[in-house]
Amino acid sequence: MIAALLLAPALAGVVALLLRSDRLRRALLVATALTHLGLVAAAWRTGPAGPPAAWLRLDPVGMLVLGVTSVLFAVAAIYAVGYLAHEERTPRPDIEEDTLFANGPEAVFTGCLLFFLATMTLVTVSQNLGVLWVAVEATTLASAPLIFFHRHHRSLEATWKYLLICSVGIAVALLGNFFLAMAASFGPSGSGSLVLHELIAGAPGLHARWLKAAFVLLLVGYGTKMGLAPLHTWLPDAHAEAPSVVSALLSGALLNCAFLGIVRAYQVLGAAGQGRFAGDLLIDMGLFSMALAAVFIVAQPDFKRLLAYSSVEHMGILAVGIGLGGGAVFGALLHLVNHSLAKGMLFLLAGNILAAYRSKSTARVRGVGAVLPVTAALWAAGLLAITGSPPFGPFLSELVIVKGAIDGRHPVVTVLFLLFLAAAFIGMARPMLAMVQGEPRPELPPSGHDRWLTVAPAVVLGLSVLLLGLWIPSWLDGALRAAARVVGGG
Amino acid sequence: MFEINTLLVGLLLVNFVLLGASRLGTSVRQVAAQGALLSLLTLAEHAGWSAPWRVWLLALGSGVVKAVVFPYFLRRALREADVRREMEPYVGFTASVLVGVTALAASLWLASRLPLPGPVASPLLVPVSLFTLLVGLFLLVSRRKALTQVVGYLVLENGVFCFGLALPEDAPLSVEVGILLDIFAAVFIMGIMIYHISREFDHIDTDRMSSLRDETT
Repeated sequence: MIAALLLAPALAGVVALLLRSDRLRRALLVATALTHLGLVAAAWRTGPAGPPAAWLRLDPVGMLVLGVTSVLFAVAAIYAVGYLAHEERTPRPDIEEDTLFANGPEAVFTGCLLFFLATMTLVTVSQNLGVLWVAVEATTLASAPLIFFHRHHRSLEATWKYLLICSVGIAVALLGNFFLAMAASFGPSGSGSLVLHELIAGAPGLHARWLKAAFVLLLVGYGTKMGLAPLHTWLPDAHAEAPSVVSALLSGALLNCAFLGIVRAYQVLGAAGQGRFAGDLLIDMGLFSMALAAVFIVAQPDFKRLLAYSSVEHMGILAVGIGLGGGAVFGALLHLVNHSLAKGMLFLLAGNILAAYRSKSTARVRGVGAVLPVTAALWAAGLLAITGSPPFGPFLSELVIVKGAIDGRHPVVTVLFLLFLAAAFIGMARPMLAMVQGEPRPELPPSGHDRWLTVAPAVVLGLSVLLLGLWIPSWLDGALRAAARVVGGG
Repeated sequence: MFEINTLLVGLLLVNFVLLGASRLGTSVRQVAAQGALLSLLTLAEHAGWSAPWRVWLLALGSGVVKAVVFPYFLRRALREADVRREMEPYVGFTASVLVGVTALAASLWLASRLPLPGPVASPLLVPVSLFTLLVGLFLLVSRRKALTQVVGYLVLENGVFCFGLALPEDAPLSVEVGILLDIFAAVFIMGIMIYHISREFDHIDTDRMSSLRDETT
């Protein structure tokens, strides 16, 4: 099962690079995405399986992240077909400067999308922290060419930043892995193995100082990739310059994978009785990310950067939720699902708006409601969802995290958490609602209309995030509870 | 050939040369030398000639990648970009060497504070690996050229690799090969990006790539 999950997208990626026909390649992309989704659904039906000491195994947390990744990828693949079909092939004027630019080869784009899926799948099934590291670095490499699809100097700058900052971050995480192996080498039965099951079983014998240092390094390393402030600097640039469908995948799927790296380290520290040390670090970094994101969200003139900073904020929420422990862990994992669905939808819609208006400026885009009515309605709904308003899913998950903070007697964390949420709400609501209303500016005439291939994927995501706010199906609830137990929350 | 302390001192000296190098060609040559030293070190740590086959495989693999393939990529990028020197780094070359001395002292102190589970091949192994790591980080933040930043990344990675040698137990072969493949692909893609940067900007100074930032309305 795991082999099929990994090989299907990897082989399809190779085929995509070789195919000459665009139509066939797009069909392959969608077919692979749906096959992957079907395999993941089958895996969900059978539940976590495999011997605990195996290197590749589906455990409850990995299953959750894999499920979210696969759903988002399937939706994004369908959107990508609509997107690629309407991209011009010839050099066209840049939207911000008086220069021309062209797109990279579509074969490379599709191939890298599929490799990206394969590497993210590997992250979710890795039970050996060494393999996990290899997989996370591979996600960076598979996604870098995607960011450079529009070949102009801004995307080049964004790709360079992404590649270098994330590679350095991941190198730090490798050092963290070595520190962890060092911590595991102490004691009579010390094996130095990085298999999660063995690390947790032998956790009481781990050397405390090496272990703490290892967690700090892993948090910094994977935190860079996850976009936790102050290591997030690559994130807004990459999300703003990448094609919107790639931004949706980066934000909704890739960041979760990096988060999984931190969760694995947190599991080990929790088992070793150092959960409080790790939790406090996570809470501090999470709150700092939320604060910084709120500052940059307010008065942000570029709507794709606005969404990117919102991702920094939500990664902060996840870190706080996990760090609080107890009931908040359930909330954080539910929030992971909600954020991916809502942010994926918003980035896809941002792509529609960008295609019609050819501008990323929140000040210049007006009257989306009149030009793209479906996109506009979903954009407003997405705004409510991502800022945690009822009746959408994120409201519920944020409420659970706040309840966890109150139950755990963290008054300062509770107050700051709510304060930053409110700031982000105000900062996002004003520009995003203004875009929907009014009349299009005469100097910026929009062109185009809602197309079902680029709207339907967003509708699916929007309905799911609404559904999660009203009713959590029992199978998802069970999966979330199992995952929360593994991470170390009630 | 497999005298472990000599190799470590060699590694240490290479770091200082890197800190003081103004020519990009020198940086590329030195980082290649570092790769070669590390692969010899891998063998030396595992009983030299009589090392098991998997150690030989890894040492040869990483040696070829780091001492032959990377310098080839980087030198090609250098030719395409047609730049020879690192002009005006953020921190001058003399100051960089002084920073290096401080970093060396810090590494020695830090290594003395970290207990090791068993005997290691040389007491210099951990301090030199930490020093290499710090030099890599410093080169990354203090140099302007995209190429020197890649060199910094490689030095950082070498430092991490060197620290891995101090572990009492080796990582499984598949993981090590995976790590090596990842770094190989990373440098390969970075080389391609440098080529694009030099075509797009007519230079590879990363400080002039500054159009992406947050503006306030």
